[in-house]
Amino acid sequence: MSRNEPFGYYPGCSGQGTSAEYDSSTRAVCAELGIVLQDLDDWSCCGSTPAHTVDHCLSTALSARNLVQAGKQGLLDVTTPCPSCLKNLRVALRNMSDEHIGPRAAKLLGGETLKEGHTIKSVMEVIHDQVSAEEIAAKSMRPLTGLKVAPYYGCLMSRPQELMQLGDPENPMVMEELLTAAGAEVLPFPLKVECCGASMGIPLNEAVTRLSGKIVDLAASLGADVIAVACPLCQMNLDLRQGQINRANKTHFKMPVMYYTQLLGLAFALPHNELGLDKLVVDPQPVLNKLADQRRGAAKVEQTEGAA
Amino acid sequence: MRIGVFICHCGTNIGATVDSAGVAELAKNLPEVVFATDSMYTCSEPGQDGIIRGIQEHALDGVVVAACSPRMHEPTFRRAVERAGINRYMFEMANIREHVSWIGKDKEANTNKAFELVRIAVEKLRRDRPLTPKYFPSTKRVLVIGGGVAGIQAALDCADAGIEVVMIEREPSIGGKMAKLDKTFPTVDCSSCILGPKMVDVAQHPKITLHACSELESVSGFVGNFEVVIRKKATCVDNTKCTGCGLCTEKCPSKKSFDRFNEGVGATTAINIPFPQAIPKKAVIDKSFCRQFVKGKCGVCAKVCPTGAIDYEQQDELVTVQVGAMVAATGYDLVDWKVYSEYGAGRYPDVVTSLQYERMMSASGPFGGHIKRLSDGKEPKNVVFIQCVGSRDVSIGRPYCSGFCCMYTAKQAILTKDHIPDSQSYVFYMDIRSPGKGYDEFTRRAQEEYGTQYIRGRVSLIYPKGDRYVVRGVDTLAGAQVEVEADLVVLAVGVEAAANSPQLAEKLRISYDKFGFFMESHVKLKPIETNTAGVFLAGCSQGPKDIPSSVAMGSAAAAKAIGLLSKDMLESDPQIAQVNINRCVGCAKCINVCPYKAIREIDFRGQPKAEVIEAVCQGCGLCNATCPQGAIQLSHFTDNQILAEVEALCRC
Amino acid sequence: MKTIDLASSNRSFIQQVEEESGQDVSRCYQCGNCTAGCPMNFAYDLPVNRIMRLIQLGQKDTVLASKSLAYCATCETCTARCPNDIDVATVMDVCRHMARREGKLAVWPVRAFVGSFLKTVETFGRSYEAGTMGMFMAATGRLISDVDLAPAMLSRRKLPFMPHSIKARDEVSAIFKRFREGVHEQK
Repeated sequence: MSRNEPFGYYPGCSGQGTSAEYDSSTRAVCAELGIVLQDLDDWSCCGSTPAHTVDHCLSTALSARNLVQAGKQGLLDVTTPCPSCLKNLRVALRNMSDEHIGPRAAKLLGGETLKEGHTIKSVMEVIHDQVSAEEIAAKSMRPLTGLKVAPYYGCLMSRPQELMQLGDPENPMVMEELLTAAGAEVLPFPLKVECCGASMGIPLNEAVTRLSGKIVDLAASLGADVIAVACPLCQMNLDLRQGQINRANKTHFKMPVMYYTQLLGLAFALPHNELGLDKLVVDPQPVLNKLADQRRGAAKVEQTEGAA
Repeated sequence: MRIGVFICHCGTNIGATVDSAGVAELAKNLPEVVFATDSMYTCSEPGQDGIIRGIQEHALDGVVVAACSPRMHEPTFRRAVERAGINRYMFEMANIREHVSWIGKDKEANTNKAFELVRIAVEKLRRDRPLTPKYFPSTKRVLVIGGGVAGIQAALDCADAGIEVVMIEREPSIGGKMAKLDKTFPTVDCSSCILGPKMVDVAQHPKITLHACSELESVSGFVGNFEVVIRKKATCVDNTKCTGCGLCTEKCPSKKSFDRFNEGVGATTAINIPFPQAIPKKAVIDKSFCRQFVKGKCGVCAKVCPTGAIDYEQQDELVTVQVGAMVAATGYDLVDWKVYSEYGAGRYPDVVTSLQYERMMSASGPFGGHIKRLSDGKEPKNVVFIQCVGSRDVSIGRPYCSGFCCMYTAKQAILTKDHIPDSQSYVFYMDIRSPGKGYDEFTRRAQEEYGTQYIRGRVSLIYPKGDRYVVRGVDTLAGAQVEVEADLVVLAVGVEAAANSPQLAEKLRISYDKFGFFMESHVKLKPIETNTAGVFLAGCSQGPKDIPSSVAMGSAAAAKAIGLLSKDMLESDPQIAQVNINRCVGCAKCINVCPYKAIREIDFRGQPKAEVIEAVCQGCGLCNATCPQGAIQLSHFTDNQILAEVEALCRC
Repeated sequence: MKTIDLASSNRSFIQQVEEESGQDVSRCYQCGNCTAGCPMNFAYDLPVNRIMRLIQLGQKDTVLASKSLAYCATCETCTARCPNDIDVATVMDVCRHMARREGKLAVWPVRAFVGSFLKTVETFGRSYEAGTMGMFMAATGRLISDVDLAPAMLSRRKLPFMPHSIKARDEVSAIFKRFREGVHEQK
């Protein structure tokens, strides 16, 4: 589809609260790239992990309600920044045409059905599909040159392969391609699809301090300046809970954890308030300082070259 | 005609679900049947004697046996009727085991079906004519495809029996995988020390002609008289001039060529002799690295070669050879383990294959026998072995066990301790499969004497941390997740059929399984033969096996080839096509469909006619089915016979 | 440890797990790869490969009483790396559904969290973190859960005090109501 046709945008509940900066930076980056997002009317929660741990029909019905909304607005192509929402919407789309679950979920929906031909993509895939690396490079007024980024996808984005379709499920490369195009030095990050502890942060805090602890630890040992993420839950576990991680593991990390959209936004020189940098818990100032230093260094080289 | 019918019980195999005596009773009413009976095991000696007695007592001139598949015992019964003085083609078999008793439990239905098959056989037999085989001379020469240890053994045994051997090998040297091994289990013998003399014997045997860097281009003909075309690939070195002095390899400026023999451990020169004991010891040029080919200029080797053996313009050469039998010994390749992204998919330099590790340990390998890491040259202390990488894995389409990985992993763990006494080895395994003589004791030694930690479980993830690798696995016996930091990880990569095995099988007209391994003629009783007469199997081409099994199979294939070619004349099968020259209109449709080129056009009183070359016809019947005039008929399977069978069936 | 009476194998349980998950559990040959990669294993009372084994043995009560079902984070690492292509995560999901249906799901905090989360969705149409936390703390008595995070969240306005309710709240609550009434199970 052409870039001018709008995508039905499903922000996800966390976009209203804990991941407001993901939502705002996603909107800002898409606007900059000419990708039109049209919010789904009166969208509701997809059910997240809790719903599908209770029942697949319930989960399908909660998610499918949003596809019904999209259909009513004439939006077949739906996109969401949140991997958990993405997975639930995709599973719901698949289940609604499943001969066993489909009719039962439809009963929970009060008989509503879906329109034919829906596609559901993550915003990351939409950007990757619609915008070439050259265009991203050209948009990068302030390229992320010299910034060492550990790309972290979490467990939801690439698994299961047949549903998520993000290339090698053990080693997806989409985020790498986007950030490399924006000038960053993206590190090979072997724990990129390991689990961060997911929604266990509340009922079993140790899950997060152990699992996210390993991720922060490895990123630091690789010399990363920042961990780039694409999942609100991962971001919350790594960023908001980094203090808990440090206390539990007796570490002292101050590893900035930023959404890849925030990093792209920095490269595109978008206003910081749109990127929601003030919402981050671990101070991203070292990242900004490094980028500024790089720019000054580059400018100096240019000057000297100009003088010579 | 006086026909006798014999119904077999095959113990309970048939008897349990078919009323054999009842079938015999019914058969007595069939046309021209003068005698019918049943017997417990018709193929046994008393059973065969019963047939002979029946023929003699009732003056029979045709026999039907209703028993198992003709693939199993048709030759047995043909010999029996012949002993009683009847032509062996005056015999028919009804398969009431595989086609009846083994596939249905309803005794009444089975008995009816068995009788129908007997009725069909009787109708065919009534139209059989005695046939006499012809005899033709065979070529006393054997083609051995593949120069690994199985092929080497087959070639030496044939040659020692006085039969000429032509051996072709795809790589620049014979020796196969065994030549790459450091030591062998369970005796920890030096592999090249025991293989080397055999390789030299191949080179020096007056009866053996060796073509290295060669592949089979095409095959025509049939058992005893195959004509094979061999493609000798251009190596850019004239082997008649090359003395193997190695001067070219010393001076070659392209020193970072991929080292195939050393599995990419270290690098070699673009012109190289793969290893010191190579047979033939001739230099070859790897065009993908040679500057003369990559950059268009260099010529150093040509300048330094004292015998002027370098020829950049050399082209592939086709050689045609006549052989009487062929041995397929094409070995195996390693599964592409790079599908395992969780093991790094080749991104981590210190995660190596077991075959690479053999080269890393070998005294003649690139490290001179001192194990060191490919990343930084440091000696590893913690070495983790992971078994079943690419074996017993349905998810990558390799559900089978590779058979010998358990053993070489134990060997490598022992050797690691020998090389590096303060090292610690860990082996992740699912089951230890060690059913050979002295094998299980060997795996125990690895644990008890060499302190190798065996951990029962798979490994889920390997990732680098600092300059080591975190290996995350499970010990299902302890019921716990386990992690160990390794300096080196060795993957016991599974076995798959050698590249292009299916294509070779199609040239040889032999069957292969869904993994590309060649199919034996009978899984238990004909493990060496194939479904094409004169083509035999040896080694891992048939399926994974260790060195002694491969050697034994090489000898067995040689015995089969020697046995075949020990006869001066081979018997032809008389079940071949024949042309009724009065009906033939010379349309040549049969000539076009014949897959064996066994039909030619002749001039008969000014008219074009078809003629069957009897020695070439394999009796497939394609011509019979194609001929618009019904002029060409397959003996023993004529249109009349088939129609009589169909009619008998329709009357049932 | 208790002796398993092999004859006590509950075949209808095996069949039910296979039907609901669409998986053939007999394909598991106990390589343990699911456990090897399981991030939550540290919290499990039974490693996931043992759950698979106990399903093969038809040990329904032991499986459904396992805390592991509640602690599974559904990250699907087990599914992705299973050499026999078994969707282990779905098998875990299905066992968890059964345990919940039969009122056996162990681990009260996880159950409380799931319940609190879904209650906010049912009430407002969207999930609401502060509400979830409040209900969770009230239900479990864990009054200090994550209070350390509150300053950081509040100062960054990440924890809205008011829920974002949608206009068609009744549509969402109707889904829950029908689910509780078992409308989806009716023929």
